Amino acid sequence: MTFTLVLFLAFIAVTLGITAWASRRSGSSASYFAANRQISAWQNGVAVAGDYMSAASFLGIAGLIAFFGYDGFMYSVGFLVAYLTVLLVVAEPLRNIGKYTMADVLAYRLHPRPVRAMASLSTLVVSTIYMIAQMVGAGALVALLLKGSGINYQTAVVGVGVLMIVYVVFGGMIATTWVQIIKAILLMAGTVLLSTIVLAHYGFSLSQFFNDVAQVHYHTPDGKEVVKDFFTPGLRYKPPYGALDLLSLGMALIFGTAGLPHILVRFYTVPDAKTARYSVVWAIGLIGCFYILTTFLGFGAATIVGRDFIAKNGGNNMSAPLLAQALGGSVFFAFICAIAFATILAVVAGLTISASTSFAHDVWTNIVRHGKEHDAGEERRVARISAFVVGAVAIGIAILLGPTANVAFLVGLAFAVAASANLPVILFSIFWKRFNTGGAVIGLASGLIGAVVLISLGPAIMAVDPPTVVGAARHLIQRPAVFPLENPGIISIPLGFLGAILGTLLTARDPEAEEKFTELEVRANTGLGSEKAVAH
Amino acid sequence: MAASKTPLSGGNSTWSRVAHSADFRKLLASKKAFVLPATIFFVVYYFALPVLVGYAPDLMQKKIIGPVNLAYLFALSQFAVVFIITYLYVRAARRFDKASARILAEAGQASGKDN
Repeated sequence: MTFTLVLFLAFIAVTLGITAWASRRSGSSASYFAANRQISAWQNGVAVAGDYMSAASFLGIAGLIAFFGYDGFMYSVGFLVAYLTVLLVVAEPLRNIGKYTMADVLAYRLHPRPVRAMASLSTLVVSTIYMIAQMVGAGALVALLLKGSGINYQTAVVGVGVLMIVYVVFGGMIATTWVQIIKAILLMAGTVLLSTIVLAHYGFSLSQFFNDVAQVHYHTPDGKEVVKDFFTPGLRYKPPYGALDLLSLGMALIFGTAGLPHILVRFYTVPDAKTARYSVVWAIGLIGCFYILTTFLGFGAATIVGRDFIAKNGGNNMSAPLLAQALGGSVFFAFICAIAFATILAVVAGLTISASTSFAHDVWTNIVRHGKEHDAGEERRVARISAFVVGAVAIGIAILLGPTANVAFLVGLAFAVAASANLPVILFSIFWKRFNTGGAVIGLASGLIGAVVLISLGPAIMAVDPPTVVGAARHLIQRPAVFPLENPGIISIPLGFLGAILGTLLTARDPEAEEKFTELEVRANTGLGSEKAVAH
Repeated sequence: MAASKTPLSGGNSTWSRVAHSADFRKLLASKKAFVLPATIFFVVYYFALPVLVGYAPDLMQKKIIGPVNLAYLFALSQFAVVFIITYLYVRAARRFDKASARILAEAGQASGKDN
């Protein structure tokens, strides 16, 4: 265990060093919020991949595949295909139109204050719920990984929270970017290594590996031994609603990614739209390789370690580290654990900066101050304070919920809100001339409310637990679910689009917004007038 | 603040000259000619997977290569589709970049400004 701790500390030392270096270069808003827009294509691509491949990907998907086979792999597919939406539709126009936040795109030709208020609310909701999910996971994980070193759940949550606040408050976007890059490189290295060892275990014979995957042995909770073909769909998503739920999940994944504020802000860190495009290409390459390799991590854990052993030793989130332990001993286990830790830290830092940027830029500067800083550096100061507050709140909620809290649905909720509220209004702002302020506000509201309400009425919140389930692991409402699906996307995404369309058609035309559409079209497609990189 | 208030906007500006130029309209059309079909294709291809898995389970559980069934191969093919569309888009976008550089150069010369 001490070796894990040494690796943790090494990562913390390196990232704090970067933060110190970055803090001397974060003397302007463009550098603090957008790294001077000087991040190169490969750097930003790696950072996007780093921001995206959360603990939910590395540990969560490996665990889902280890436990449910094919159904877990569906996440891998959806998470990657999502990037085509980012590449083809969102990244380049966003880079050309906006400045620091997603709301910039909406505010360009609509009434800025109501639109920014709603967009910022949606940004804060998505980032905060995503962050709480990461923090609870992080605390439980770090406590588990460092078992015996005296670090418990609370200490781990506070530690992760304080580090992310330090990165963001002192290092801004420059430090956050480099933390992502280092983490993504570590994560890829660990994944490739682990996959290679799994293959080596099977004498580099895919057919032997796949033969084992087709007959995985484990025991059901009532003690019966079963043999399952893990290529078979439906082990997790069962009838009658499983197929629909999987479809709904897929919608949230492929339309939600292009609405995730912490991914979108990354495209403001590059000099121009062309670089934004190439950074998506880099991200697709990395993310694609990673998710293909989840085959080896997940199925490998199922065949080599086995579901029974994983269930007894920390649960499905521990599948990848336990696989490393089984194949490479305690040193490799420590290495993979350290990577998981780096993964969580980097992602929460990315979420914190997107939330605090939105509050400082959208709410404070543009709504409260009507678009003008009262004194130079005010926007940065507000961002630093809000990063601190966001971090403190996330720490508090994560401690309150405790390590056993049932928070897996929060990541799903974040994607569902992003897909239902954010994506429709981004698309209409860029592509629909008639789109107006009423449409944006109603679209954002209906997507946001739709996703939250349907999740609340669904099986993630409402279910009758047996008395053996105790404390925070119990469902919030002990009643049968009203809405049968875990994933609300299939209803809430159309609802978001419908809200935006009806809101537009039922309110008066906005000639100014329509006139400015021409300008936006030119800017989005040629980069004329877009924010430029800052020279040193 | 927001670039909407830059001096570029206004009636007879570089903006509107670009917006109404034939080259710009052509650029928009050729972008749409790529992006729209590509988007429709990948969305349909992607959703075919959960739909077939959910509603044609017997077909999808057919073993194709040894123990590997159609569902898993179809899932893997999604990766290939993503890489291919990305490659095609990057190639097409080089054309778009050239067109927009030309449009901006012409607009800049006409206005005597360096944008």
